[in-house]
Amino acid sequence: MPSSNHNVDFLLLQMTESLRKLLTDKDISDPLFIGIRSGGIWIAEQLHQNLDISEPLGTLDISFYRDDFTRIGLDPKVQPSKLPSSTQERHIILVDDVIKTGRTIRAALNELFDYGRPASVTLVALLDLGCRELPISADIIGSSLRLKTDQHIKLIGPEPLALEISQRPGSE
Amino acid sequence: MIESIDHNSSQLNGNGQLKHFLTTEDLPATLLNEILDTANSFLDMSSQQVKKVPLLRGKTIVNLFFEPSTRTSSTFELAAKRLSADVLNLNISSSSTSKGESLKDTLMTLEAMHADMFVVRHPDSGAAHFIANQVTPNIAVINAGDGRHAHPTQAMLDMLTIKRCKGDFSGLVVAIVGDILHSRVARSQIHALRTLGVAEIRVIAPKTLIPKDIEFMGVKVYTDMRQGIKDCDVVGMLRLQKERMNSALLPSESEFFKLYGLDTEKLKLAKPDAIVMHPGPINRGVEIESAVADGPQSTILQQVTNGIAVRMAVMSMAISGQLNNSNSPVQR
Repeated sequence: MPSSNHNVDFLLLQMTESLRKLLTDKDISDPLFIGIRSGGIWIAEQLHQNLDISEPLGTLDISFYRDDFTRIGLDPKVQPSKLPSSTQERHIILVDDVIKTGRTIRAALNELFDYGRPASVTLVALLDLGCRELPISADIIGSSLRLKTDQHIKLIGPEPLALEISQRPGSE
Repeated sequence: MIESIDHNSSQLNGNGQLKHFLTTEDLPATLLNEILDTANSFLDMSSQQVKKVPLLRGKTIVNLFFEPSTRTSSTFELAAKRLSADVLNLNISSSSTSKGESLKDTLMTLEAMHADMFVVRHPDSGAAHFIANQVTPNIAVINAGDGRHAHPTQAMLDMLTIKRCKGDFSGLVVAIVGDILHSRVARSQIHALRTLGVAEIRVIAPKTLIPKDIEFMGVKVYTDMRQGIKDCDVVGMLRLQKERMNSALLPSESEFFKLYGLDTEKLKLAKPDAIVMHPGPINRGVEIESAVADGPQSTILQQVTNGIAVRMAVMSMAISGQLNNSNSPVQR
């Protein structure tokens, strides 16, 4: 059941404006957008389009960099990461749908650095669910939300994008 | 006779995931496709500055080679290193066994070193299965070639090459040419090709090099290469082992090349966009002409690159399957 409190399109417009301001403030004219599979890619696509960026979007699948491989094993649905040939000295806008423990972002940063040394990484997420387990925070978030322990939120999409809250345990 | 070993699903865990990789026989298509998809993701890693992932950091992989091999052992070693595992290469034929140590003692010694995986190459059919049954639980075994029985990672790197060149397996006509009788590669290829659903599998060889009853594996047998290669999408050549030349099974090298060697003229009978595969090392002028081996239809070097990715896939999947070696489904 889609959550009526969170209009994804509205949040995306707000995020676009915040990001536009941040890029101006930081004097970044040539950002490289990278979405984390799969919800992060949908969000990144929208921001990328709203800001009229011509360079293709990069996509990241963090399965080979997860810290829980020894606990849950390899994701059978792993897909290739598609990044431009180098991230060396690039200003990266890293996008995910939801940030919770921070472990996905830790894995994404590790993978990014295997492609080169970026000039900077800006983190953007649609929703911040709190519950951080690592010292990671997003530069831009659409909205913050606290879920009950038995609740799980999922971004469904890509057309249209909507948030769905369900009553089952899940992880970020 | 076709050598067959009772696998008893010993390569899968309670969740149907790979925990050893011993043969392509009897594995479901979903699992073979999972290997190909995972390998495909590893292939794209080549664009990274650091061509390595931390997946198997802290794991110890032992390359246990009872038979000489350069290509297979080095690609397994590189695959393990790209997964960040620690690798130990042991050439057993020249070490312990010459000192009289039994296989079981060797395995127990290596287990005491806390190995997580054995990659086994052995001249006897069934050796990898035997070792998989002997080792303590939680140690994964990958078959890197056992006797005439199986060479599953070679077959899967060939499948990856076909998939990347042709996109899809359905509708493909695949010919396997050469010493089918002694070839573990051919056997593993045939099982994988059948499961992945190609339209037709042909084997092409002199009568003396075709195993009895091979038709039961679902292949068409040709002793005339010109007929067999006609309209094929994929031509898989096999290496002719020089030592077989001295037996009564074969005429001279030049005679063999004339009848069964792949040259430009015979290749013209296949489809114009047919690909030519060879597991290497190639014997130029014996089973394949240089112009073909180095030509535009040859995928020989792509196969080497694909081999590393496929080995990374099965290594990480088998370690993953050992970790989830229970009957409870994984919560992701």
